[in-house]
Formats: sequence, C-alpha cells, structure tokens
Amino acid sequence: MNLQDYSVSRSSKAARIAAILTAFALLVLIAAPWWAGRADMRLMGELFLYLSLATLWNLMAGYAGLVSVGQQAYVGFGGYMLFALTMFGGLPPVAAIAVAGVLGALISIPVAVLIFRLRGAYFAIGTWVIAEVFRLGFAQVSALGGGSGSSLPVAIVRSLASGRAMREALSYWLALGAAILMVTAVYLFLRSRQGLALTAIRDNELAAGSLGIDIWRTKFIVYVVTSAFTAMIGALIFLQKLRISPDAAFNVNDWTAFVIFIVVIGGIGTIEGPIIGTLVFFALRETLADLGTIYLIVLGVVAIVVMLKAPKGIWGLIRSRYDLQLFPLGYRVKHTAKSKET
Amino acid sequence: MPDPILQTCGLNSFYGDFQALYDVALDVGEGEVLAIIGANGAGKTTLMRSITGLLMNEPGQIHYRGHDISLLRADQVAELGLAMVPEGRQLFPSLTVRENLMIGAQVNRKGPWDLKSVYKLFPILEERKDQASTSLSGGQQQMVAIGRALMANPDLILFDEISLGLAPIIIKDIYQALPGIIGEGMSAVIVEQDITKALSVSSRVYCLQEGRVSLESASDTVSREDISRAYFGIE
Amino acid sequence: MEWLNAIVQGTLLGGLYALFAAGLSLIFGVMRLVNIAHGDLIVLAAYLGLTVTTATGMHPLVALVIVVPAMALIGYALQRGLLNQTLGDDILPPLLVTFGLSVIIQNGLLEAYSADPQDLDAGALETASLAVGGLTFGILPLLTFAIAIAVIWGLQWTFYHTALGRAFRAVSDNQDIAQLMGLNRRHIFGLAMALALGVTAIAGILLGIRTSFDPAIGGARLIFGFEAVIIGGLGNLWGTLAGGVILGVAQTIGAKIDPGWQLLAGHIAFLVILAVRPNGLFPRVSG
Repeated sequence: MNLQDYSVSRSSKAARIAAILTAFALLVLIAAPWWAGRADMRLMGELFLYLSLATLWNLMAGYAGLVSVGQQAYVGFGGYMLFALTMFGGLPPVAAIAVAGVLGALISIPVAVLIFRLRGAYFAIGTWVIAEVFRLGFAQVSALGGGSGSSLPVAIVRSLASGRAMREALSYWLALGAAILMVTAVYLFLRSRQGLALTAIRDNELAAGSLGIDIWRTKFIVYVVTSAFTAMIGALIFLQKLRISPDAAFNVNDWTAFVIFIVVIGGIGTIEGPIIGTLVFFALRETLADLGTIYLIVLGVVAIVVMLKAPKGIWGLIRSRYDLQLFPLGYRVKHTAKSKET
Repeated sequence: MPDPILQTCGLNSFYGDFQALYDVALDVGEGEVLAIIGANGAGKTTLMRSITGLLMNEPGQIHYRGHDISLLRADQVAELGLAMVPEGRQLFPSLTVRENLMIGAQVNRKGPWDLKSVYKLFPILEERKDQASTSLSGGQQQMVAIGRALMANPDLILFDEISLGLAPIIIKDIYQALPGIIGEGMSAVIVEQDITKALSVSSRVYCLQEGRVSLESASDTVSREDISRAYFGIE
Repeated sequence: MEWLNAIVQGTLLGGLYALFAAGLSLIFGVMRLVNIAHGDLIVLAAYLGLTVTTATGMHPLVALVIVVPAMALIGYALQRGLLNQTLGDDILPPLLVTFGLSVIIQNGLLEAYSADPQDLDAGALETASLAVGGLTFGILPLLTFAIAIAVIWGLQWTFYHTALGRAFRAVSDNQDIAQLMGLNRRHIFGLAMALALGVTAIAGILLGIRTSFDPAIGGARLIFGFEAVIIGGLGNLWGTLAGGVILGVAQTIGAKIDPGWQLLAGHIAFLVILAVRPNGLFPRVSG
C-alpha cells in the first residue's frame, strides 16, 4: 500500500452528477414563468422562500448549535421594514429588501449580546421573547397600521413592474434567486475556514475552544448573518403577500414551527436536509391541508418520530444507506492507483 | 469451592466502538474477598461498570447467584444485593452526609447496617451528619461512600480504587477497618492499584492487562515476578 | 393610590406567574429539561377543568381533585413514554420533541374544543373583593397568591425533607451513581414530571377562572413562566415567586401607562434584568 495510491478529494461521482442535474433543474425553474401556471408559480415561490428560511435555521441550529424558536422576529422585522422603507422612505421594493437585510443585521447585534447570556434551551425561549417584543412593538406603531396592520400601496406594487404577469414573474425569480443564494452561501460558508471552525464547535465545543477558536464570536457572526438574511426573506415574503399585520408577521407557527419541522424531517445539520424537508413539507401540505388541524398534528407527530428514531432525518437515512453526499463538505480519501494484480 | 456469588464468563465490554474488555472470566466465592489489580486503563473500572449494570452487556456474560444479570439496569442489580463504593467517592453534593447514607438504603434490604451501625463504625459521620457532603475531608468522604454502600446491606460489595487520592495514613485506617466492614458472610471485590494493600486483605487476586485477565492466583502465594509479568506484560 | 393599587394587583398576578414557572423550574432542576410545551400543558389543564366542571357541575376549585391527578398521570406517562428518550448530552432532541408536542397539544385542543374562548365559572369567587384602606383586593387574586406560596412551600419541603426530594436531588447530581443506589432515574424523572404537571394543573385551573382561554395562548404562558424563572434565578423556587411578582408588577404598571404596553413592559423588565443580572436576582448559591 503506497501513499501515492490514495488521493484526497472533496468531489465524488454522485456530487458531479448531482451538479449537472442541478444545473439542468435550475434552467427549467428559471424558465417557469413560460411554462407554469400562476398558482403553480405562487406555490413554487413560497416553496423557495421556505427553503431559504429552512437553510438559514439549519445553519444556526444544525451547525452553530443556536436553537432558535424566535426566527419569526426577523421574518416580521424584514416584512415591516419593506413596508416602512417603501411607504415612508420612498425606496424601490428591491432596494428596500436589501436595506431590510442591513437593518436586520444591525438590530440583531444588541439582541445577540443580550440573549447569548442564556444557555441551550433557555436561549431558545429567549429568542421567542425577542419575537414577542418585536410583535408587540410593531403593534404600537400606528403609522404601520398598529395591531391590525396595513397593505402595500398600489403605487409601490406597480413600481415593481408594470404588468401583473411581469410582477409575478419577478416575484418568483426573486424567491428562486433567494433560495439559490441561501443554499450556495451556506454551502460556501461551511467550506470556508469559519465554517470548518463552526463544525468543529458543533462536534466538540471544549476541544474547539482549546484549539483557539473563539466560540462566542463565531456563533455571534452566524447569528447576525442569519438574522440579516432572514430579514431579507421576510421582506420577500411580505412583498408576495402585499399585506402585513403583527400577528401574521411574527407568527411562530408559520415562520418557525414549520421551518423547524422541515429541517428536522429533512435532516438537521446537513445541507441537503432542508431541501428534502421542504419538498416533503409541501407534498404533505398539498395532500393533507384540507384536514386542517389534523394535518398539523400529523406534522408534529412525524417530526417527533423522526427526531427520536432517525435524528439525522430523511437525508441521514439515505446517506447512511448509500454513502451519498451531494454537497461535499468533508474530504474523502480514495484509492486511485490501479491494483497491482491486474 | 462453594458456588460463586458472582461469575463472569466471556465478558466483552465496549465503549461505543472501543472494546475495553476481552473474554473476561472470573468468579467470586460466597464470603470471599477478591482483589483485582491492573495498571491504569487495564479495564478495571469498565469491569465494575459492566458488573453493576452501568454499562450494557450481552446476555449470558454475568451471573449473580446463578441468575443472569447481564441485561439488568444498575438499580435492578442493586436490589439483588450488589453495592459499590465508586472510584472517586462520588457523593451527591447537594445532599447532606445523612441524606447520602439514606440514599444507600433506597433498595430496602434487611440486614445489620443502618444509620446507627454506620455511625458506630464511623463516629465522625454522626457529628457531621447535617453538613453538606462536599464540606468533608477526602477520608471522611470515603467513609460516607463506604457507609452509603453498606446501608444497602449488600451480599457483595465492590470497592473501586478506595485509596485513590487519599493520604497514606487514611488509606491505612481504611484498610484496617475493612475486615470488620466486610465481616460475616459478605463477599467483596477490591479493585486497587496499590498491590500490597490489595493482597493483604484478599484471598485471591486477578490481574487485568489491556482488557484481558493476565493472572489468577491465591493472594498469599503469588510471586512478585508473576505479578509484574501480569501487570506490565513483560516476558 | 392608583399606582399603589397597580403594584398590589401586579404582585398578586405574580402568584399566578410563579405557578406557571414552578413546574418549569422543577423539571429543569431535576433533569435539565426545558419543556417548550409547558404553556400548552397549562392550557390543557384549563380545558380538562372545563370538561370536568361542565360534566359534573363541580366548582372549578373542587375539580382540582380530578384535574391534578389526571395531569400528574399524563406527566408520568409523557415522561416515561416520550421525554425520557430525549434526554442526553444533546439539547436538540428534548427541545424539538417538546416543540412538536406543543404543536400537537395546541391543535388537539383546537380539534376537541374549537378556537372559541372559554372560561371556568367560579361563581361569586370571581368578583368578590376585600377593601382594606383605599385598596381593593380581589379574593381570587389573593387566593391565587396564597396557593402559589403554599405550592412553592410544598415543593420546597418535598425537595428537602422527603425521600422523594432526596431522590430528585441525587438523580440531578449524578444519574449513574443514583442508579447504582437503586434509584431508577426513568421512574424518578416520571415522578418529577408528574409533580410538575400536578402544579401545572393548579396553574391552569386558576388561569381559567381568572381569564378566558383558547388553545393558542400556551406560548405566552410558557414565556411568562420562563421569564419568572430567569428573573428569580435558576434553581431557586422562592426566587421564582419573586420573579413572578416582578413580572406581574411590571405588567400592571405598563398597563397603567398605556393598555397596549402591558405585555411589552413585562418583557422589557425581563430583558433589563437579563442585561444587568444575567444570573437572575436570586441565583442559588452553589456548593
């Protein structure tokens, strides 16, 4: 056995095939306005936004160990910022989305300083308190409709694009673009030095600390970046909805519970997990939504069963069975030299 | 030889993927004091954890009075009359001395040991009974740990490294008290790194080396050479 | 006088919050579990009270003799059947499983009782009051506060003067060694959850008498209880009562300034205390 017989590489055959398939699928998705109906496009747009939220939550909980049940704080904040910046700041909607992200990052800094004092599960409830403060706070702002909320003025909606079809296409592309951006950004981040540090922390906080990784700072950066992106997704969500109210904007079920279920069912701590989870979630929703509350109960039961019986989710099951990795993060050692006997 | 009270055969123990014990066979006779010696990492503590049920085992590997206890949980093993003085004493810090002793009586077995007899054995504990167990000296804490195990009125008592971290004078005291503690009919397993102490109170000795039994012998006839060979693996 | 009145009402309200918090604090103390479904279990208890009172015509406080054991039973079953499987070094499983449980309970209640607000009819008790000086004390808030003190005293006594409490503390200290002493931690945890949900039952019934409730209000109750625990200091039951009082007073004073500020003022008080005293006002002295 010579060392030269082995090569170390990130890519695998499966990953390369996946990359080609993904590129093809993306082309088809980008072309959706020419082949999909309005309802389908809306559904897909929503799916992409959920995929984005799930990817972000997964980065926090699955990699940085920051289990938040209060991400609705930033979804709602972003939504409200879109409304405020376009209505009172005169910003075009797309610019307002970007600014909402910046503001989300800024507000998340004092929040992080405060709630990072809470450990583990108490951190989770702390994030929920923050979301409640945001909800109650925005309900006090009468210019934004107070407790009953407000609608995006028609002039602002029109400024996005003149025709309705064009607006819907644009809104769809923004959602698709957001999902691609989030998945790619998280993937690249996890491959970076910072990302590897994060994985090290997740695997062993004590050892990572002794290796000189500043755990607090790394988690802080993840929290702030995630908050910024979540605020941008929130702005996008409410650009599609055109109407906002505190209860809708800061809804724990819509923006956190569903997102958590998506990640848990798909596979927490994997990049593929949120993608699979989102598909499963929408498949379940489209088939069971008529059942109303029963559907939510089923979702809760499925999430609990997955958490207990297959903590790495559907993707974890697939991966352990087939040794697949579509987004290779780690390196693998391969035997490359031809066997001497042949 | 009378029927063994405890017997292991073909015992293999694992921590995750790491195998710590290989095919360990030993037996403890009724009323016998057995010593188990071995270097650090030889598997002594793993053996204790397996016997007491803190570590999962395969069925059929550990028998207590003829019953297979391999699959029992630690609390079930305790109820059968097997008690342990754990390595490092491991008292409950939020319990007082008296409460620590009372926890030992949780299994509710009849016998000579109760608060009164433990206090008689270690009078200092009665003086300190309402203090937090953490406020005691190392030797006193060891008394609590021994008393706590006795409160269960066990038939077999395991002492895991009772001299570790204690001053020599206290170790001497404890070893002097041991025969009185083990007393009538009770069997004991003494796990020790201090070979002389272990041999002085036991009738037979086993040595573990890298998870395997490397020596079994009567304590009074075993030679220094045999022990160092079994202990260090020097041929 | 109006302000003094607000402080008095807030203090009494704090008793209810302390009851929300006591169960949370207890299970965290024994098994380091934070139960996200805690608020929904409080609401479940209120609905159980509703079913018992409408079926039998009992007074809600009398219904406690049925609801408390029922919730305790649910707690034991929940712990042995589900939550024990989530305990370990990883914080994700307990958090996510109790989160799922929260959604299940909430929607189960919606299915069973609809979203319509309900309340428990306690008759004259709801409006009875006592005038002392210029202040009016509602009998129900007074009773709630007295029950809170009694419950916390009872829990404290159980913890420090009974075999069960000794077992709780031993298991909390060192699960393995406790197991060696013949304590089955799964059973002990079950008993802890049973006790916690027994307290939760009392909280739920008192909540249902005081205000109307619907299946969606659990989350806010969890948050109030949690805030009381953190304000008071982890692991200190009397501190939890103080935390509840501070939260209650902040809310009534906030409401006095502007009705829209009631809840916000409570949360802000919590965040301020978190900022200046991250370990709470009365952290348990360790050692």
